[in-house]
Amino acid sequence: MTITITEIAQRHRGREGALLPILHDVQAAFGYVSDDAIREIAHELNLTRAEVHGVVSFYHDYRTKPEPRPVIKLCRAEACQARGVEALAANLPDQSRVKIETVYCLGLCAVGPAALVGDQVHARLDADALSALVASL
Amino acid sequence: MIVRISDDAVALACGADAVAAAFENAGAEVQRVSSWGMQWLEPLVDIDGIGYGPVGVGDVADILAGKAESIGKIVDHPFIAKQTRLTFARAGKTRPTSLDDYAATGGWDGLNAARKMSPAQICETVLQSGLRGRGGAGFPAGIKWKTVHDAAGPTKYIVCNADEGDSGTFADRMVMEGDPFMLIEGMAIAGLAVGATKGYVYIRSEYPQAIAKMEAAVKLSAAMVAPFDCEVRVGAGAYVCGEETSLLNSLEGKRGEVRAKPPLPAHQGLFGKPTVINNVLTLAAVPWVLAHGAQAYADYGMGRSKGTLPIQIAGNIKHGGLFETAFGITLGELVNDIGGGTASGRPVKAVQVGGPLGAYHPVSDFHLPIDYEAFTAANGLIGHGGIVVFDDSADMAKQARFALEFCAVESCGKCTPCRLGSTRGVETMDRIIAGENVDANIALITDLCDTMKFGSLCALGGFTPYPVLSALQHFPADFGQPAAIAAE
Repeated sequence: MTITITEIAQRHRGREGALLPILHDVQAAFGYVSDDAIREIAHELNLTRAEVHGVVSFYHDYRTKPEPRPVIKLCRAEACQARGVEALAANLPDQSRVKIETVYCLGLCAVGPAALVGDQVHARLDADALSALVASL
Repeated sequence: MIVRISDDAVALACGADAVAAAFENAGAEVQRVSSWGMQWLEPLVDIDGIGYGPVGVGDVADILAGKAESIGKIVDHPFIAKQTRLTFARAGKTRPTSLDDYAATGGWDGLNAARKMSPAQICETVLQSGLRGRGGAGFPAGIKWKTVHDAAGPTKYIVCNADEGDSGTFADRMVMEGDPFMLIEGMAIAGLAVGATKGYVYIRSEYPQAIAKMEAAVKLSAAMVAPFDCEVRVGAGAYVCGEETSLLNSLEGKRGEVRAKPPLPAHQGLFGKPTVINNVLTLAAVPWVLAHGAQAYADYGMGRSKGTLPIQIAGNIKHGGLFETAFGITLGELVNDIGGGTASGRPVKAVQVGGPLGAYHPVSDFHLPIDYEAFTAANGLIGHGGIVVFDDSADMAKQARFALEFCAVESCGKCTPCRLGSTRGVETMDRIIAGENVDANIALITDLCDTMKFGSLCALGGFTPYPVLSALQHFPADFGQPAAIAAE
């Protein structure tokens, strides 16, 4: 896989409002959006680096540094709070191998606590289920 | 014998794929369908109309041998039988991305009816149906459409707001994962009504299953809706992009900052062009309205809240899920009769209605009917129809603090009351929780909420005071206050 930023930008040429789709593809391909990527995207879209940086930094999804560990996005919004996620979050498993991040709502609000790993959804998590999920990654 | 198992996100998260594989390995024919919405029973297995759930891999052999206990006929289950399903008429019954299933269940009837009408007639039909925006604001959809219809210009857009970020809501997700063609049909009808040929569905990135289903459905139905062209766009984890002007900025490839209104999106929306921006549920209700007529829809509901509302019962609830019903059902019926009380078995303490920006209601509000005006009168809001139940272990001061913390994390930063008020609010709540100058700090946070409510540009800063002040008003003991002021 040796796709370049330029190729990704070309893929979206002519689309209205192409910046977010490009950033999604860059993050999917490289795992994060680097300073170099910001520079190249700005060049491709005829934007300033500040404009692209402003967009990257606005949205929670975009990373500006690589994250080597698999990421578990644990929902800590109200419905999962009502179902006990805060007790779970107070005693998180060891994160040397996986990273556990907070997300607000996965739409699994009657079967929480819930988590997202990549595109895979997990529900009815308790301490044991979360540990098993961590061990499986 | 066909074994039907949902492939929506709740079913998948509860292990439906493994259950489906086990049935297939045992030689059964499995169909992956949309979800009935009885989420406590997922994975729910439907064999010839008889339901089993929640099913684990270990139950498969018993079910096939006829030795497992069933919940009886699914359509007769009280949770389903008590509903009035217009938008969710196909839920549990059809394969989400099957054009055959869609056409066989009345799909495209609304679009075909609309194609025989003038644009003005379509707008008038939607107006007469009484359909109001289901995203939260409750603005009449027909008026919005007519405004865009009347706006001058060769280029107009239909934008579907599928940035369903409110905790306790999942109806948009269920439409997109369970009945995506219905949403596309609604958008195509909106396109005919206002003269737009391009539509965008802006889906939050936290919904990967909905994104995949919508992208598949858009491709499959392209010929059916042509010349209308629909495109899926994916958000990037910003709650505020559920606010319509922020969403438009995000679609344009910008920071999702809120725009001042006016100009309204109907006049200057996406790329400055006249734009219909509606919630998923609003657009998904449109095919039914066009197929059955405005009066048939308006016959449901109460007062100025016409039609049905897909209510989402969530949080600490025994029987949680999707409950579509005509407006007018009371909060208490939903929580106790339909939802069966808390999952934990403890008493209900508070119910947050309308997402993170909605008020916390005590049990004494259980008489309130689900009706836009009734909730407004009770210092609350229906919002997107999400109901999150908390048992008596909840600490309402912590919930008030969380509301402000959430606002601080998600604020777009454009206006000062929201950007700074949320952070100062968290600090003030921390002092109240620590017992420092409680009376003075409660006066301060009440004043701060007043500033946020009236000084913020959009509902994020403007409505964050609802959960904060309602928690303070109804649960003063959690804030170190005597219970006496709760009487008011």
